[in-house]
Amino acid sequence: MEAADLGSERGGQQVIHTLLLLTLVAVQDTAAGKMVYTKWCAGCHGDNGAGDGQGARHMVPPPRDFTGAIYQIRSTPSGQLPTDADLLRSIDEGLGGTAMPGWKSRLSERQRRDVLAYIKTFSTFFADTTQRPQPIAFSKEPGGDGGADALKVGRQFYDSIGCRKCHGDQGRGDGPSAPTLKDDAGHPMFAANLHENWRFNGGGTVEDIYRRLRTGLDGTPMPSFSDLLEQKFLTDEQLWRVAEYVRSLSPKEPPVVRDVIHAPLTKRVPHAPDDSAWTAVDTYWFPLVGQIIRKERWFAPAVSGVWVKAVHTADSIAIRVAWDDRSQSPDTAWLAHLGRVFSTLSDDSTREQPVPWPDQLAVQFPVSSPTGMERPYFLMGSPSAPVYQWRWSSTARATAIAGLARGVDRFDPIQGAGGGIATQSVYDHGEWRVVFTRALASPDTANQLPLRTGRAIPVAFFAWDGSNGEHGTRMAVSTWYFLALDEPVPARVFISPVLAMVLTLGLGMLVIWRAQQKTSYRRQQ
Amino acid sequence: MKGRIFSVVGSMLLLTVCSKGNQSSAAPAASPTAAPTTAPAAPAASSAAGGTITGKVKFTGTAPRNPTIDMSEEAACKSKYKTTPTEENVVAGAANSLANVFVYVKSGVPAGQKFTPPTTPVVINQDGCRYHPHVFGIMVGQPFEIDNSDPVLHNIKAIAKANRPFNVSQPSAGMKTTRPPFTAPEVMVNLECNVHGWMKAFLGVRPDPFYAVSKDDGSFTISGLPPGTYTIEAWHEKFGTQTATVTIAGTESKTANFTFAAH
Repeated sequence: MEAADLGSERGGQQVIHTLLLLTLVAVQDTAAGKMVYTKWCAGCHGDNGAGDGQGARHMVPPPRDFTGAIYQIRSTPSGQLPTDADLLRSIDEGLGGTAMPGWKSRLSERQRRDVLAYIKTFSTFFADTTQRPQPIAFSKEPGGDGGADALKVGRQFYDSIGCRKCHGDQGRGDGPSAPTLKDDAGHPMFAANLHENWRFNGGGTVEDIYRRLRTGLDGTPMPSFSDLLEQKFLTDEQLWRVAEYVRSLSPKEPPVVRDVIHAPLTKRVPHAPDDSAWTAVDTYWFPLVGQIIRKERWFAPAVSGVWVKAVHTADSIAIRVAWDDRSQSPDTAWLAHLGRVFSTLSDDSTREQPVPWPDQLAVQFPVSSPTGMERPYFLMGSPSAPVYQWRWSSTARATAIAGLARGVDRFDPIQGAGGGIATQSVYDHGEWRVVFTRALASPDTANQLPLRTGRAIPVAFFAWDGSNGEHGTRMAVSTWYFLALDEPVPARVFISPVLAMVLTLGLGMLVIWRAQQKTSYRRQQ
Repeated sequence: MKGRIFSVVGSMLLLTVCSKGNQSSAAPAASPTAAPTTAPAAPAASSAAGGTITGKVKFTGTAPRNPTIDMSEEAACKSKYKTTPTEENVVAGAANSLANVFVYVKSGVPAGQKFTPPTTPVVINQDGCRYHPHVFGIMVGQPFEIDNSDPVLHNIKAIAKANRPFNVSQPSAGMKTTRPPFTAPEVMVNLECNVHGWMKAFLGVRPDPFYAVSKDDGSFTISGLPPGTYTIEAWHEKFGTQTATVTIAGTESKTANFTFAAH
C-alpha cells in the first residue's frame, strides 16, 4: 500500500512537471500567437475571437466566431472538434469563395502554428480532454474510368440523397430549400454553386468534395452523410461517384481571364440564347467583384462572373452573356434571405426595407471608339465623359434599353425602340442567358458607338441579383476588357501572293529568255 | 516519512469522500434508471421515494395562430395529413392550457450530486416532415437516437453552445442514428432541418432527472425530489421563461402553476 502510494506520488510529480512544461510551451506559443492574431486576424475575427472585427460588417459569409469552436472544414465526424492539421489547412490555404485568404506565403510556419495555438484558446472545448478529435479514416477514390457511366451513377445518387434540395437540379445552388438557408447564428447562407469548384470553401478536388460529404460543414446547413454509409443505405463507392459527379459540373481548370473577346464573322445572327450556332463560338469568362468605390458600397455580390460569346455578320453583332444566379428575381421567396443579408451587413445600406428587386445586367462601351489608351471611367463614366450601355432587366426580359450613363446614378435612355437593341433571354436552373443584337453601324454616331471591325472596342459588364438586395450601386462590376470583331479576310490577301509569284516567275522567265536570245545571236555572229 | 503519513491520511480521506459520494448518489440514481424513458416527456414519473412537484401551465391573452406549412415540395409528407398541417409554436388546449412547456429544476439540487443517466435512448422521430416530440428532455450522458420515418432527405442540425453542435443527414426512411451523448447541461439545444425550414424541435439537456414537458392539458409532474428548496423554471419557445420556488420536505407533493402572457 505504502509502496504503491510512493510510486504514485513520484508518478504524480512527473505528471505535474510534464504538465508545467507543456503549459509553459503552450503559454509561449499562445503569447506569440496573440501578437500574430492581433496584427493579422483581429481585424475581421475580432479581438476576442467572436467573429466581430471591423471587417465583419462587410462579409457574407461572416468571419469565423472562434468562441464556439464550430469549424466547417474538418477531417472529423460532425460534432467533433477539428484536428490541428485541419485548422492549419484553413489558415494555410484560406477558404475558397470567402474573404479568408491563405496565409502560407505571408506568415512563417512558426507564426501559423502560434496563431493556431492562440485561436484554440478562445474556446474551452479545446481544453476539454473528453473532446479529442478522431479523424475519419477516409477511403481512396475507387478506380473506374470516371467516365459517363460513373457520372450517371453519381447523378442518380445526387438525386436520391437529396443534394438537389438545396444545390438545385443542375447544381447552381438554386434548390427549393435554398432561400431558407442560414447558419447557426442566423446569418444568410448560400448553397454552393457546384459549377464553381474554385470557390468551394474546402477545396474543389473530388477528394475534397468526398470529404465534405463525409464530415458535413458544421455550423452550416450542409450535413454529414457518413451515417448513410454506416447504416448501409449507400456504399462508399456510390458516395465517391456523387463527389465525381459534383466535380464534373465545374470546368476542368478554373477559368482564366482573356482580355479580348473575339467575335468571329458568321453568315447569320443567332438571336436566341440557345441557338445551336452558339455552341461553336468561343466563350470568355470575366470575374465580377462588389462595387466598393461609390456609396452605397456592396461587399456581398451574388454574381461572381459572366460568360461571354460574340459573333457578327457584315452588318450586325450578337453578344451572348450568361451568368449563374440562384434566383429568378423578383421572387418573394427570397425576401427572408434578403432580410438576413441586410442585418448581417450592418452598413448604411441595411436601413433599407427588403423589396423583391429584379435581376439586371449592363454591357458597357465607350461612346466613341477611343483613339489612344484613354477610356472613360469604368464605373459608368462621368458627367463629362459618358459611356454607352445596354441595360437588361428580368422584369422586361425582351426589351433591353440602350442609353448613356453619366456616373452610377444617371442613365439617359436613347429614344426609340430600345435604342436599336434587340434582346432575348432564358432563365434555366440557376443560369441567365441573354443575347443582345444590334446593327454594327449607328445612325447617331455621337451617342451610339459604331461597331467597326478590326478594332479593340472597350467593353465592361455589371450585374445585379435582385434577390440578394442588389440594385443601384449595390452591384457586381468588372473592369474594362475588349471586344474585337474579326475582319473578313479580304480577297487580295489570297490573290496578292499568287500574283506576286506569277509575276516573279514571269520576270525570271523573261530574263532567261533574253539571255538565251543574246547567246544565240552571238553564236550566229 | 512525513510524505508517507500524508499519503496514508490522504488516501483515507479520499476513501471516505468516495464512499460518501457513493452513498449520497445511490438513492437518486435509482430513480432515473427505473424511469420509463420511452416517454421522455416524463422521465421522473417514477414511484421512487421523494417529493413531487405537479402543476399546470396556462397562458393569458390570445394564442398566436400557428403558421400553416406548405409541403408541396414533399408529396410523401403532405400525403400523411388530411388537413393542412401547421407549425407547433403554441400548442394550446382547453381553458388556455399550454402544452410543450419544458419544466425543470434549475437550481437547488446539490452541485456535487451525480445522477446515472438511463441507458435507454431518448428518441426523436421525423414523421410527416415534423419532429416528434417537438419539446423534450434528455440527461447528460444518455443515448440520443434520431429516426426517420419519411422517404425524403432530412438533415438534423443541433444548435448548441455548451454541447458540440452537429449536422447529420438522413435521406432514407428507416434510418436510425445514435449520436454520442450530450456532455453538458443546456436549456435548450435547438434542433432544425434545413431542407424543411419549418421543422424545429427543442431539447433540454439536464444533469438530473428532474424535468418534465407539459401535456396537452398543461399538466406536468416532476417526482423523486430529495428534500430541499428548488427553483423551478418553465420554458416556452415563444413565451419565454417563468420561475417558481418550491420547498420539499420528505415525500410530500407540492404544486407549482405557471402562467405565461401571450402577446
